[in-house]
Amino acid sequence: MAGPTRTPFYRDVGFLFILVLSAGSATAVYLRDGAARFLEILRDDAVLWLTVLPKVAAGVMVAAFLRILLPKEVVARWIGERSGLKGLFVATLAGALIPGGPMTIFPIATSLYLSGADRGSTVAFITGWLTLGINRAVVWELSFFEPEFVVLRTLVSLPIPILCGIAARMLPGRTEEQRAADKTKPRPQVRE
Amino acid sequence: MIVLIFAAILYVIAAIMIAMAARRDRALVGEGLRDAWDQLVMIMPALTVGILGAGFVAALLPPELAETYLGDGAGVSGYAIAYVIGVLTPGGPVVGFALGAAAIKAGASVPIVVVYVTAWALVNLNRVLIWERATLSSKVMIERLIVSAPVPVLVGLFAWTVMELLSWW
Repeated sequence: MAGPTRTPFYRDVGFLFILVLSAGSATAVYLRDGAARFLEILRDDAVLWLTVLPKVAAGVMVAAFLRILLPKEVVARWIGERSGLKGLFVATLAGALIPGGPMTIFPIATSLYLSGADRGSTVAFITGWLTLGINRAVVWELSFFEPEFVVLRTLVSLPIPILCGIAARMLPGRTEEQRAADKTKPRPQVRE
Repeated sequence: MIVLIFAAILYVIAAIMIAMAARRDRALVGEGLRDAWDQLVMIMPALTVGILGAGFVAALLPPELAETYLGDGAGVSGYAIAYVIGVLTPGGPVVGFALGAAAIKAGASVPIVVVYVTAWALVNLNRVLIWERATLSSKVMIERLIVSAPVPVLVGLFAWTVMELLSWW
């Protein structure tokens, strides 16, 4: 969940999971390998933590000002009015750029869809966020992996949102009339 | 070195964006910095626990196990295991990256960790059930899941190909 999280961290399932896993592993290492090994790992981790900190600080600044400079209404206008391959590209780019966690991205995707984006663009937008999200890559992925890994993973994922968008457009059974009917239904509830 | 350059680039980008915001309205700068600070405060607990935990998890993973099931020679079953664990790993940005990094430290191959991270990002059970189902049209959600299903394997194969080409070169 890159970006502002409305769930407090102590109620976040992912956080609790990693907390229990980390505490359990640390205890197990201490019991199995002794205090010296425990302190050695702790020191390596602390060094990593210190090197990560400046990057994370820069990352949250970029994310915060992106939110200010690129309001979601602007994005909705871009994707809502266009289609074709161009629409997929714009949607992918928007997904990659917009900082935010699932509690903001899926509602934005829904508003894009309801305001005229087709299913291909909507899928490309979500996939762009999930696989190419810059905020997530900078703040989180780079904190854990070598830059080479992040670059490789991003590189091989570049075509994915477009391909998913094209594939979604080719799925059978959804005529434009049905799609228009969907959109008149009440909006799905937005949970925050 | 590469990390330093990357951090420097980030700060330059941040500075440019702050200047752009200031040109639009001075008050936006304070608003943005406060927003950034709030985010940082929110991120730090998870990031700290994740980084500390990754080292200990990696120390516990038996290298033979990681190498056998997730290493270069693991083949199809390595991809399948990485995919399934990726789907089942709880959401949130820390968990998938922390476990992936721990696996690499313990000897897992890069393409297989790419499969894992991508499956965790794209077709994660927790994220789908908690967020996507609640906030997105279910038809679009199902369509997205159908077209996304082969993707983790695909990018894993891409990553493997790129690495093979690089090693020849």
